[in-house]
Amino acid sequence: MALPTPTPSKVGVALLLSLLAASCSDSNNRAVPTLKWYVFDEPSGAFEKAARQCSKAAQGAYQVDIVTLPADASQQRVQLVRRLAAKDPDIDLIGMDVIWTAEFAEAGWILPWQDEAAAQARQGRLKSTIESATYDNQLWAIPFTSNIQLLWYRTDQVESPPQTWDELIEMAESLGTGTLQVQGARYEGLTVLFNSLLASAGGSVLDETGEAVSLEQEPTEKALSIMKRIGTSRASDPSLATAREDEARLAFEAGSAFMINYTYVWPSAHQNAPRIAAHMGWARWPAAIEGKPSRVTLGGINLGVGAYSQYPDLAFQAAACIASREHQRLAATQGGLLPTLENLYEDPQIEKAFPFANVLQATLKDAAQRPPSPLYNDISLAISRTLHPMRAINPQEDISKLRKVIDRALHSEGLL
Amino acid sequence: MNARGKAERHLGWLLCAPAVITMGAVTAYPILYALWLSLHRYDLRFPHDRSFVGLSNYWSVLSSELWWQTLGNTLIITIGSVSVELVLGFCLALVMYRAIFTRAMVRAAILIPYGIITVVAALAWKFAFDPTTGFVNALLNLEGAWLTERWTAFFVIIFTEIWKTTPFMALLLLAGLTLIPADLLKAARVDGATAIQRFFRITLPLMKPTVLVALLFRTLDAFRIFDTVFVQTRGAQGTETVSITGYNALIVRLNLGLGSAVSVLIFICVILIAVLFIKGFGTSVAQQRGER
Repeated sequence: MALPTPTPSKVGVALLLSLLAASCSDSNNRAVPTLKWYVFDEPSGAFEKAARQCSKAAQGAYQVDIVTLPADASQQRVQLVRRLAAKDPDIDLIGMDVIWTAEFAEAGWILPWQDEAAAQARQGRLKSTIESATYDNQLWAIPFTSNIQLLWYRTDQVESPPQTWDELIEMAESLGTGTLQVQGARYEGLTVLFNSLLASAGGSVLDETGEAVSLEQEPTEKALSIMKRIGTSRASDPSLATAREDEARLAFEAGSAFMINYTYVWPSAHQNAPRIAAHMGWARWPAAIEGKPSRVTLGGINLGVGAYSQYPDLAFQAAACIASREHQRLAATQGGLLPTLENLYEDPQIEKAFPFANVLQATLKDAAQRPPSPLYNDISLAISRTLHPMRAINPQEDISKLRKVIDRALHSEGLL
Repeated sequence: MNARGKAERHLGWLLCAPAVITMGAVTAYPILYALWLSLHRYDLRFPHDRSFVGLSNYWSVLSSELWWQTLGNTLIITIGSVSVELVLGFCLALVMYRAIFTRAMVRAAILIPYGIITVVAALAWKFAFDPTTGFVNALLNLEGAWLTERWTAFFVIIFTEIWKTTPFMALLLLAGLTLIPADLLKAARVDGATAIQRFFRITLPLMKPTVLVALLFRTLDAFRIFDTVFVQTRGAQGTETVSITGYNALIVRLNLGLGSAVSVLIFICVILIAVLFIKGFGTSVAQQRGER
């Protein structure tokens, strides 16, 4: 093949030109402060788009660039806290899991929202999401997206969804083995399950001060006995002890009848298993006690401003823009992430994306928080370690064991 | 010592100095710093509560059930993997040594597992042993979920370790095999020694120093195991190792004092293992040298 070979002088000129062009665009960009938004990798590109639109709307005041964090929430935290502890000025905006609020606030790694900005951030948002961003009577982040579990079931196998856990386990058992998908691996998901069951039974891990163990006898015993029943039931998946959200989703898409999971399973089933998705029903998380509505653990992402940011004022503006109505709708319709603005749940576009919007809204209203402590991570480790595997739970014994390990975690003593 | 000897010695030290200083900066400093941190209550989340607490971090680690449990787990994995690796490694080394045809091919094929990144190997075996995605259950006609029970999880972890590092062991032993004088073996053959006698009376004793080095390397390596366990079970099902305990305290909980205490204790264990090997095996090696 005879391609025209560029002569050395031509190459030189081209190089020079491209260098010139690069330096020109560089000097143009330098005038615009770049805000780095550390957040998990959102596959649909909704975050990317929100960042672009906010940069455009800022008209040169700032530009938001995304820095992606790992998919796993614990890994996200490990990366962030190491940077923050080293006072990394590169972190302007943080997509914070709701459980990090107290820890980051107490350590001084994020800036509080004050006065006007705080009032605006609270405006119209679900109470539970505001609560998740509050610590020490101060708002530390703006609620952006929410996340909460529902009970998913097969309408062609189940006539009407079960109301309580006891009913659910009985129904699943009558349908055969491995028909109920729950998160039973030793990780945050197990803590979430325990927290939801405990809250549904009327208990809480910490008392009101947030500095001492509560774990009331009766509700804790109830929660633990349900977990024990899940762990020993033949309805549970044989791999329960290593099952996380995604294992549950895969098993449901392969034909399992019941699953406890977040709403991302809805678009996923439609994409991967349309035949199953056609018979996919939803219901509120089962109650622990008959007649008492379940209280499910709240998840989601709040936007915080890094304490070592060079442009904190711009970062607050950018956070408010990213968490605005328009971008929440985008994250919901494109990425399947639940909004934190209450009246978006009546928005026709949202109702189309989530046909279960009304169940979600009701669940979110009664949502339970995880223990709001700077030592949450230690508490969660203590819980998931004590209660794993679920089949080995002994309700009476494990209550005192739980109290002991959480008390040690609260004093950051000893190994967990 | 004469003047020239002294000058040479001086020069020797001078030439060593850059290496010694670099080593000091990159290994001694972090070790001393970890020792210093381990004597403090220091949690990155509460930077203002930093205080000197003496040996209380060590006390809290050593008095915890978890430390002894994880130490036991680590020893199970270490002994389980290294002992099998030694036997298998010897077999492979002999094969590599004896292979006449396609020698290069055999050696390359044996070395492939060692060339694979541990995390990748651990993930691959995790999927292989998984009841839904794996082939192991189908192959053996079993139905268990391997990683959900303690002893089967140990089996998978140890199996992965053996699969991955036996080639390393074999390579070290192969080096030892090539050092054995062929005349000695031939002479023994002439004297009527059987193959088994030749192996146990000549090959093995002469390889003692090599075996010591190989065992020491692998034991220290296996004792610090982190990646395979982290990928396959995250330490659940009672398979947590001391390195994971240290990771949890240091990296996850940001408790620098407690985590450093764990690290220092692991360091002490490693020194103990090394001393044990060199004292136990080393004397016999020295004796052997003296006889010769």
